[in-house]
Amino acid sequence: MSFNIVVLAKQVPDTRNVGKDAMKADGTVNRAALPAIYNPEDLNALEQALRLKSKIDGAAVHVLTMGPARAAEIIRESMYRGADGGFLLSGREFAGSDTLATSYALAAAIRKIGKVDIIICGRQAIDGDTAQVGPQVAEKLNLPQVTYAEEILEMADNKITIKRRLERGVEVVKAPLPLVVTVNGSAANCRPRHAKLTMKYKNAKTTSEKQELSTDYTETFMNHPYLNIPEWGAQDVEHEAKWLGLSGSPTKVKQIENVVFTAKESKKLTADDTEIEDLIKELIANHTIG
Amino acid sequence: MNNIFVYLEIEDGIVGDVSLELLTKGRKLADQQKCKLEAVAAGHQLDGIGAQVFPFGVDTLYLADDKRLAPYTTLPHTSLLVNLFKEEKPQIALMGATSIGRDLGPRVSSALFSGLTADCTALEIGTYEDKKAGKVYNDLLYQIRPAFGGNIVATIVNPDCRPQMATVREGVMKKEIRDAKYAGKTKKLDVAKYVSDTDFVIEVIERHMEKSKVNLKGSPIIVSGGYGMGSADNFKLLYDLAAVLGGEVGASRAAVDAGFSEHERQIGQTGTTVRPKLYIACGISGQIQHIAGMQESAMIIAINNDPDAPINAIADYVITGTVEEVIPKMIQYYKKNSK
Repeated sequence: MSFNIVVLAKQVPDTRNVGKDAMKADGTVNRAALPAIYNPEDLNALEQALRLKSKIDGAAVHVLTMGPARAAEIIRESMYRGADGGFLLSGREFAGSDTLATSYALAAAIRKIGKVDIIICGRQAIDGDTAQVGPQVAEKLNLPQVTYAEEILEMADNKITIKRRLERGVEVVKAPLPLVVTVNGSAANCRPRHAKLTMKYKNAKTTSEKQELSTDYTETFMNHPYLNIPEWGAQDVEHEAKWLGLSGSPTKVKQIENVVFTAKESKKLTADDTEIEDLIKELIANHTIG
Repeated sequence: MNNIFVYLEIEDGIVGDVSLELLTKGRKLADQQKCKLEAVAAGHQLDGIGAQVFPFGVDTLYLADDKRLAPYTTLPHTSLLVNLFKEEKPQIALMGATSIGRDLGPRVSSALFSGLTADCTALEIGTYEDKKAGKVYNDLLYQIRPAFGGNIVATIVNPDCRPQMATVREGVMKKEIRDAKYAGKTKKLDVAKYVSDTDFVIEVIERHMEKSKVNLKGSPIIVSGGYGMGSADNFKLLYDLAAVLGGEVGASRAAVDAGFSEHERQIGQTGTTVRPKLYIACGISGQIQHIAGMQESAMIIAINNDPDAPINAIADYVITGTVEEVIPKMIQYYKKNSK
C-alpha cells in the first residue's frame, strides 16, 4: 500500500543578511537581491516526514515548493537528505501572492499530485513569520490541521498521534488522516546530506534547468527517471485565474518603511570599578533600583 | 452590523491578557469608527466571562458554551467564527498572535477569503488609494507589522474583503479598563447552529498548560542577554544580577536560537514587548527586531565589548567591557551601596 507524504518547503531570502535592495518599489520582495536558503522550519518538517516514511512500508516523501526556477535547489537538497522527489510550482501567474493566494496555488498543486495521506510543512517561513500558509492550505483542501507539531509519536488505524509544543505548554493530539501538520522549530533537526544520495541526485533537473544545459542529455534523463523534477505552471494545475497572484491576494501593501530609531545621547563608561560603582550609586539615588 | 470583533482566549475560565489588550485597542477603534465592540467566547462554563470583559467596553458578548469547545481545537472554533462572521459581517476581527490565534486566524481568513495580517505592532484607521483602479478607500484598518526580520515596517490594508483580520502578540497593546460599570449585552449562541458534529475530529489526549513562570511584561527591571553572552552557562550571570536587583531575565532572538535561553524569555518583535523602568542589555548587538521590543524602556544600560554595537545608540549608559567583568562588579557594588 502506498503512503504519500508531501512536504511543503520554501526557499527563503536569508533575512539575517538583508541589504538595501530587498524590496521592490511595489512593496513586494526582491528575491534576486538576497541569498536564498532552505526555510529552517521546513527542514524540521522534512525530518518528521523522513522519520514517518521509515516507519511505513511503501511510503514516499515528495517536496512541493512554489517559487522561481532556482527554488529547484531545495528540492535537490531534500533529495540529498532522503526525499524521493519533488515538484516545482513556478510561473509569473503566482507573482505577488500573499499567504492566501499562495495557499490556493499550493492546494491546487497538491490536488494534482493526487492521493496524499499527509502534508507536512514548517510552522512559518523566516521571510514573513506569518505561520498562515499551513492552516490556509488545510482549509483550501478541507483537511484538519495540527500546528506547532514537535514530534509525530505514532501512527495506527489511519490515525496519527502528535505532540504539539505550545507557547505555554504541551499537548498530545490524535488526528485522522489525511491531515496537514505544521512543524515547530523545536522539533528534531534535519539529518545531514547523505553522500550516496547526493551523488545520485546531483544532476536532477527541472524542465527549465534542462533547457539551459549546453549538452543534450535527453537520453540520460530518459534512462534515469528520478532525475526529472516535474515543473508545473499555472496551466498545469486546475485553477481559476482570479485566485492567483495579486488578484487572489486580499491584503495589499500600502507602504514600506525602513526602521529608524532615534539615537539618544549616551553616557560612555568602562568596566573600571569606580565608574561601575558611581553608576550603581546614581541608579540607587534616583530610585531606578533598590 | 459591521462592528469590531475580538476573539477571546480563555484558559480555566480566565480571559487571557492578550485578549484584554485587544479589547482595549478594539474599544478605541470602535469609538473612532462609531461602531460597537463585540467579543466572542467559545468554551465551557463561561458564566464568569462577562464580568471580566465588560469593563473593557464590550457592547456585545457572544457566548458559545459547549463542553466540546474546551479545550480549543481548530475546526469547531473555526466554524463558529466563520458562521458568526457570515451573519454579523464585522468590519474588523482581532485575535491574539498566540498558539491559538495563529492556528485559528489563518483558517478563518481562508474560509472567508478575507486578508489576515499576522503579528501587527500597531493598528490604525486611515485612507488608502488604489492608483491602478483609481479608487479611494476610507476608514480602512492599517495593519502595521515588521517584516524581513524586522528590517522594515509594512503597512498592510485589505481594501475589498471583510472582515479585516489581524493578530497581535501579547504585551504589544496596552490593557486599560474603560469603565468598571460598562453595561454590555450577552448573547448566547446555539452552538449546534454554528458548529457541526464532524468538526470534532481531533482528540486532545494530553494537555499540560503551565502558568508562565516568566513575567517579563510586569517586571520593572529586566536583565537581558544576547548572542554575545557566548553560552547558556554565562546566562547564569544574568540570573544572579536579576536576583539581586529584583528583576527578570530576558533574551534576544539570537540567544534563544543559539539555545542560551528559553523562548518565553525572548524580547523583540517575535517575542515579548517590554517597557520596564530599567533594561540592562548584556552582549546584545541590537538588531532592529530586538530594539523594537524594548526601546520604550525608561532607562537602558548596554554592556558590550563592541563600542560600535548598534544598541549603544539607544542606550542611556554604554559600558564597554566584557559581561564576565562588568556584571559581578555591578552585583558587588549594589550589595555594598544598597541598604
